[in-house]
Amino acid sequence: MVTAKKFLFALLAAFALTLSGCKKAPGGDQSADAPIRVGEVGSLTGLEATFGTSTHQGIELAVKKINAEGGINGRKVDLITLDNQGKADEAATATTRLVTQDGVVAILGEVASSRSLAMAPIAQSYKVPMISPSSTNPAVTQQGDHIFRVCFIDPFQGEVMAKFALNGLKIERVAIMTDVKNDYSIGLVEFFRKNFVEGGGKIVMEQSYSNGDTDFKAQLTSIASHNPEAIFVPGYYGDVALIARQAREVGIKAPLLGGDGWDSPKLLEIGGASLNGSYFSSHYSPQDTSPRIQGFIKEFKDAYGLVPDGLAATGHDAMLVLADAMKRAKSLTPSDIRDAIAATKDFPGVTGNITIDENRNARKPAVVLKIEDQKLVYETTINP
Amino acid sequence: MVEFFQHIVNGLSLGSTYALIALGYTMVFGVLQLINFAHGDVFMLGAFIGMYTAYALALHTSPSLAALMITLLAAMAGCAIIGFLIERFAYRPLRNAPRINVLITAVGVSLFLEFSGQIIFGADPKFFPQVYQPQGDWMIAGVRLNPLQVINFTISVTLMLVLQFVVFKTRLGRALRAVSFNHELASLMGIPTNRIISLTFVLGSILAGAAGVLVALSYPKIDPLMGIMPGIKAFAAAVLGGIGNITGAVIGSFILGLAEQLIVAYGAPTYRDALAFVILILILLVKPAGIMGVHRAEKV
Repeated sequence: MVTAKKFLFALLAAFALTLSGCKKAPGGDQSADAPIRVGEVGSLTGLEATFGTSTHQGIELAVKKINAEGGINGRKVDLITLDNQGKADEAATATTRLVTQDGVVAILGEVASSRSLAMAPIAQSYKVPMISPSSTNPAVTQQGDHIFRVCFIDPFQGEVMAKFALNGLKIERVAIMTDVKNDYSIGLVEFFRKNFVEGGGKIVMEQSYSNGDTDFKAQLTSIASHNPEAIFVPGYYGDVALIARQAREVGIKAPLLGGDGWDSPKLLEIGGASLNGSYFSSHYSPQDTSPRIQGFIKEFKDAYGLVPDGLAATGHDAMLVLADAMKRAKSLTPSDIRDAIAATKDFPGVTGNITIDENRNARKPAVVLKIEDQKLVYETTINP
Repeated sequence: MVEFFQHIVNGLSLGSTYALIALGYTMVFGVLQLINFAHGDVFMLGAFIGMYTAYALALHTSPSLAALMITLLAAMAGCAIIGFLIERFAYRPLRNAPRINVLITAVGVSLFLEFSGQIIFGADPKFFPQVYQPQGDWMIAGVRLNPLQVINFTISVTLMLVLQFVVFKTRLGRALRAVSFNHELASLMGIPTNRIISLTFVLGSILAGAAGVLVALSYPKIDPLMGIMPGIKAFAAAVLGGIGNITGAVIGSFILGLAEQLIVAYGAPTYRDALAFVILILILLVKPAGIMGVHRAEKV
């Protein structure tokens, strides 16, 4: 319900803004104590709604903290959040709106790589820095020198899962199911396959589906006849949950492996017991006892009443990295902020120390989580 | 070979979920010559009513056939009321308007339900509680049969037979057919036309409600936009079988379900949604009225 209300409010706000027809140059109001406008584009509704809502909560929590501590050199941060309904074209439109109408100095978003790829060329063409909290497809930051991310990329994530399957689980025969509508899934499969085969493993079957399908029995029936020891399904949580259920229905007992697209409370709710014994890689584990992570979890619980998932943590980090850069920037123009983000070094984020490398990606460890009794259990951390 | 028969079983079970939706489509069309685009969304509402009923009565804590029946009845009753309201307030005022107005209204009702659903239920996918969890599978010569698949199949074929009986063997059915033939003439014969049309919608919506619960039980991820794709496919299946024809709708649905499974298994999974329409076009080129349809001269 909260989402619905926020959505309505955003709609009304959008409408009011359109009516007043206000147009501002990038950078907005530069007077000394006016709030700094930061834009956020996320999938608050749609098939991957928890990606957008979790990330938004992480960002909102960071903004509250920054403003409570006196803002950026005395100026408050004003976060403008737009919903893209989980659609790439809406994400592109929202980005244009944030820059041309709202005059934001930086943009946060998106989670899904396909949608970040729709936003990045626009942010780049207006020379406004954009930080993706958790898009892992390598192509995202290759769109231009204004596009950053605070998470690891798929060549690493694919390698993590391939090595974990070979060395951790000691298995050699894996089947793959790719979401062909999804740049993230396609990329992750490519790097997993490469590393797994190089490490001596064998891909016994490859199948594909499209994001939003509900029936996967045909693919799974074909996979079952090849008897894999695990199935690599680097899709998004809603599809994965149904795939897991139907895998058990067609008689597959093998565990499923996946990436950070699984990270949502909904995965376990919809997938139920069928996911027990499966593994996925993600940005952080709530079971990590380090004070930085436990502090974040406590603040998040106080604000929203639930344990943050990995995407809430990366959203939080994206905002903190941006705020840190804005504090260091020579001025609050988009280009100076860009330079400051690029110079980020060893920033202590929730998901680890963040250093932005020359390709504008963050080098960070990944954690592997296991699903046991429909709960996430920390398995191991793998460093780059 | 076993694998092939497994695909056939899966195809028939997918087809029976389309059939449940297609039956409602085809019945409303048979009587009113109206394509009720909102039908897929009534199906979605059926799933949500089922979900809320199950949680309210804590039916998921003790899964049983009785719990399924209660959920089904609640969804069917809820959808009956919704169907009645849609007809009363959206379509009845347009009874004498050109058909295109009604068609546009149907699209409007559909969008209204989808987006109100996003506001009321929230847009993220929800889990449909497992009110009935049949244990174990039946293995027949290596082919795995899930009890839920069998239930869906049986219910869709039974509903088809019941509808066939109602339409062709009862007084009500005779009235339905009379209204379908010419509703002005039917009202001159003393048939309460408005009540019959209302009833058609109510029956169609009851079918959609039942379909909502049964499909959600097999694919337990429900969201306010879940009715769009199955709605379109069921519509394609109904046209394929000859829209307005009850047996045709079920046959069309099975053809579509089988074709989808086989193309995913042996061809290109990416094209599964496109396939529905390719088959539709091919069959309509050869048989413009659909497989079981009878060609009727259109009065303009």
